[in-house]
Amino acid sequence: MNRLSTTICVILVLGLASLMAILNLATDAGSALHVPTYAVSLVGKYLCYAILALALDLVWGYAGILSLGHAAFFALGGYAMGMYLMRQIGTRGVYGNAILPDFMVFLNYKDLPWYWHGFDNPAFALLMAVLVPGLLALVFGWLAFRSRVSGVYLSIITQALTYALLLAFFRNDMGFGGNNGMTDFKDMFGLPLQADATRAGLLVASAVMLCACLLVARFVVTSRFGKVLIAVRDTEARTRFLGYRPESYKLFVFVLSAIMAGIGGVLYVPQVGIINPGEFAPAGSIEAVIWVAVGGRGTLVGAILGAVLVNAGKTYLTGAFPELWLFALGFLFILVTLLLPKGVLGLLQRARS
Amino acid sequence: MKSVRRLLLALAIGLLIVPAASRADDAPDPYSGLASQSFEDIAQAITTLAASGNPQAAPTIAALQNETLFVTPDQALLIKTDDGYTNARTGEKVADVVEDDLANVRVNNAVRRAIEAASGALDLVSPDPATRLRAAAQVFTSRDPTSLPLLGAALAKETNAQVRTALLQAQAAAQLASNAGSEADQLSAVATLLARGDIEAKSLLGSLHDNPQAVLAKATAAIASIERMERLWSLAQGLFYGLSLGSVLLLAAAGLAITFGVMGVINMAHGEMVMLGAYTTYVVQSAIAAAAPGLMGFSLMFAVPAAFLVSGLIGVLIERTLIRFLYGRPLETLLATWGLSLVLQQAVRTIFGSSNRDVTTPGWMSGSDAVMGLTITYNRLYIIAFAVVVIGLLMAVLRYTALGLRMRAVTQNRRMASAMGIRTPWIDALTFGLGSGVAGMAGVALSQIDNVSPNLGQSYIIDSFMVVVFGGVGNLWGTVVSALTLGIVNKFLEPFAGAVLGKIVVLVALILFIQRKPRGMFPLKGRAVEQ
Amino acid sequence: MTIGPVSGSLLYLNGVSVSFDGFRAINNLSLVLEPGEMRAVIGPNGAGKTTMMDIITGKTRPNEGQVIFGAETDLTRLDEPAIAALGIGRKFQKPTVFEPLSVWDNVLLALAGDRRPRFSLWARETAEERDRIEEILGIIRLGELRTRQAAGLSHGQKQWLEIGMLLAQEPKLLLVDEPVAGMTDSETEQTAELLREINRTRSVVVVEHDMAFVRALGVKVTVLHEGSVLSEGSIDHVSCDPRVVEVYLGR
Repeated sequence: MNRLSTTICVILVLGLASLMAILNLATDAGSALHVPTYAVSLVGKYLCYAILALALDLVWGYAGILSLGHAAFFALGGYAMGMYLMRQIGTRGVYGNAILPDFMVFLNYKDLPWYWHGFDNPAFALLMAVLVPGLLALVFGWLAFRSRVSGVYLSIITQALTYALLLAFFRNDMGFGGNNGMTDFKDMFGLPLQADATRAGLLVASAVMLCACLLVARFVVTSRFGKVLIAVRDTEARTRFLGYRPESYKLFVFVLSAIMAGIGGVLYVPQVGIINPGEFAPAGSIEAVIWVAVGGRGTLVGAILGAVLVNAGKTYLTGAFPELWLFALGFLFILVTLLLPKGVLGLLQRARS
Repeated sequence: MKSVRRLLLALAIGLLIVPAASRADDAPDPYSGLASQSFEDIAQAITTLAASGNPQAAPTIAALQNETLFVTPDQALLIKTDDGYTNARTGEKVADVVEDDLANVRVNNAVRRAIEAASGALDLVSPDPATRLRAAAQVFTSRDPTSLPLLGAALAKETNAQVRTALLQAQAAAQLASNAGSEADQLSAVATLLARGDIEAKSLLGSLHDNPQAVLAKATAAIASIERMERLWSLAQGLFYGLSLGSVLLLAAAGLAITFGVMGVINMAHGEMVMLGAYTTYVVQSAIAAAAPGLMGFSLMFAVPAAFLVSGLIGVLIERTLIRFLYGRPLETLLATWGLSLVLQQAVRTIFGSSNRDVTTPGWMSGSDAVMGLTITYNRLYIIAFAVVVIGLLMAVLRYTALGLRMRAVTQNRRMASAMGIRTPWIDALTFGLGSGVAGMAGVALSQIDNVSPNLGQSYIIDSFMVVVFGGVGNLWGTVVSALTLGIVNKFLEPFAGAVLGKIVVLVALILFIQRKPRGMFPLKGRAVEQ
Repeated sequence: MTIGPVSGSLLYLNGVSVSFDGFRAINNLSLVLEPGEMRAVIGPNGAGKTTMMDIITGKTRPNEGQVIFGAETDLTRLDEPAIAALGIGRKFQKPTVFEPLSVWDNVLLALAGDRRPRFSLWARETAEERDRIEEILGIIRLGELRTRQAAGLSHGQKQWLEIGMLLAQEPKLLLVDEPVAGMTDSETEQTAELLREINRTRSVVVVEHDMAFVRALGVKVTVLHEGSVLSEGSIDHVSCDPRVVEVYLGR
């Protein structure tokens, strides 16, 4: 079942993304088969959220770490990408400064802050996009797991972490554009961001990265490492008396998960065209938890399904009945935890047997 | 300049001797002097008049200042008023004035200076203590050495202690600024300023440089001593602000200390219970405004129990319909109550709209008072008091009531409590209701200092959890110490780091602290907790 | 009461004390275990039996005293995984196995070997490992249930699985906390047999309430009371000791 659902998931994701990309590029706007570019970017966005959900399921579903701050890693990856895209604008900005992004000119910066150097190089920016979330997860996790902070306490401090980052990124002095964040991107890797082909390419890239992350995650959870991880999740004390160090297992999977979330952020920013501190909001991280819960915790594929389903529902409801969206989301939390502990995938499984 | 000083000296002497002299009736009549053609005579007359104690002196000199004092051809002096002329000497109304015949009293710079000095001098000896005080304060800021003789004269007569202090300070300021008087005088002047001890005294002492070495040394010491006092007062002020922020945190976290600390329920909708309390305040005030506007001053007295009931009842309802199905599953509880918080926020937004609601602050709660070097704002003071009362009541309920006893029994050993005939489900519901009700009461207080909007609760939820965890779960005293500590630390960080950065620093410090001591400052120990 | 160092002992507790919130759970406890010995530890509730195990396995740190394993390893400086790696296995009072995993995987994870993530991430089952698991499943009589989820086992089967996991760990010393609680008579008998078999190759400490079971084991008995040793000797010796009768058997 698990191997099968993974295979189906990979085929569906890659197939549908490629199909949408082809239909967008190869048909005319008037054609009945045409897929508009906004839909391409919308689905691309869902797939980025799915990467975040997958990352979250890896730690929550398999290691029992309910991170309420995972969107922070996503946002950090996104900011790294945003910094690269900002540097690419060059003289095309409102102030036409070749070095400084518009917001820095506006805030009277004289020079580029030291931590902005190198971000004009795409390889460096991408490296940072995985390195920074990974390092933060390493330091945070090392401290937390070593002192055996777990359960609700861990959840609360992950929430405090993303809250602290939210406050920090709101400050203009941080040099990341403050409240407004970064936007007005022009191109990436020399390709114009507004072009249909770039958009379609980003969608396919998101699909490929999602599948790659899924396969990596699956490799991890089906290995002996994954079995230890499940043992740690349910009976942490027992694994210790067997000679395992739960903290190193948790740390590894936490860092891996943060890196995945960072990758999601990297692909997200060029497709939505903006990154701002709102991505750090604790509410966003908790929303990502419900994607996982809706799809089915601890199944990987379920996280992807949940992310796409909930976000598609959000797009529809916020468009058609904006005042209903929060009611729907709120009740979704309540109903899934009370009635659907195994999520949609669990429901499908029960229906099959 | 020399002539002016001589003039003022004369004026001062005049002030001293004139009361006697005027009775002797042999002084030259100042009013004829004013009518003279000689500037020197006029200035002399002004000085004499100011010193005469004549009740007509003040209006006459004021008229001179306003250029409404006129001389008639027969040397009489008239003051022009809005409805005609009065006799300057007697103050009686004068009819049949031929305006063409009138001439202004002649004024040049020397006369003008005499007028100003006379007017200041008159204020220094005015019968109204408030005017005297103002005049002294004016001299303190102008530090005009020419006022020194006047000040001496005024001091000799002054009986009001407050005005006397002000005069002494003015004298000290003028003396020091002009390096006048003996070294001993100046030393005592420094002492006077040190006693005054405020920022003006400090800046005056800091501006000295020509004075004798001993005076300068004493001034430097005085500045250091004033600065020490300033630091002490600003410390006290920071402590007050910190206590006030701590009380807000404590109020927000007190309910959570019950639901999370005592029951172990992770209620992410706790902030919304606070928010409902704030909206209850709004509804209660609207009802009072409509039905009995006269009771508006007491609206908060009605709002507190109402908010307790509203949030408490909703809490009981939540426990019965949602939380009881999730006992022992903390992470699921967290998610379900988060969902609940979204529903409650949206419900309030649908009913009341998403904009802020106006909550009135009763008169007795607004305003502030300066106590020594402290500024005490009433609403902060009342919130501190309210927090003390709420925590006191809460502890009393837990310790002395039958309900409190049962609550503690159930949370410590549920099966045993149940075996002894305690209806544990009801106790759970009531405990949760109590925690939620306390959150509602906190909402009344927060409505006075924060915006009443559907998002009110969200801004407190993370802080509240941090307070409870930092203090040690299940320990109400720990929560109190934790809230006050966090409040004070936050306020003391603000001047160095700014409000936002200060908050970030506190959050990061808390994250690190919890990782070192996951059970908080005052953990419950023992084998029961280990498992 | 302290005793001097004993050469050649496997486990040596000397003057160990620990208190929780002023309550002395273990009070100047001293105990010597020879290599290859099986020891039964009995005592009324609250005598400190489980706390003693916690101290040996590194879960609880004593306030004072020494815990020496083998020649000179001071256990009070080590944490649980390090102590487990030295060869001390522990069975909990309540059977604790990895419920979502299969019986096979439970034993696999317990097999002695590299415990580091970087090893387990790439580890493949070797033929050697398979043989060893088969062997252990045979000993604990769960060979038929190898693919079954551990959650679906009966209480007694879980107890055995846990003992099997301890065997897989290949410890030098096994700490067993109330292994027969909740077992049927025949299961109890089989468990005693199993423990004796294990004792052929390793040292065992059994904490037990069930006097019949302790008698069936036929080994040296240590009686704990209020955190220290009250009496020590054969089961007949201690059950005649008036102090033991007073605090424990007399109740």
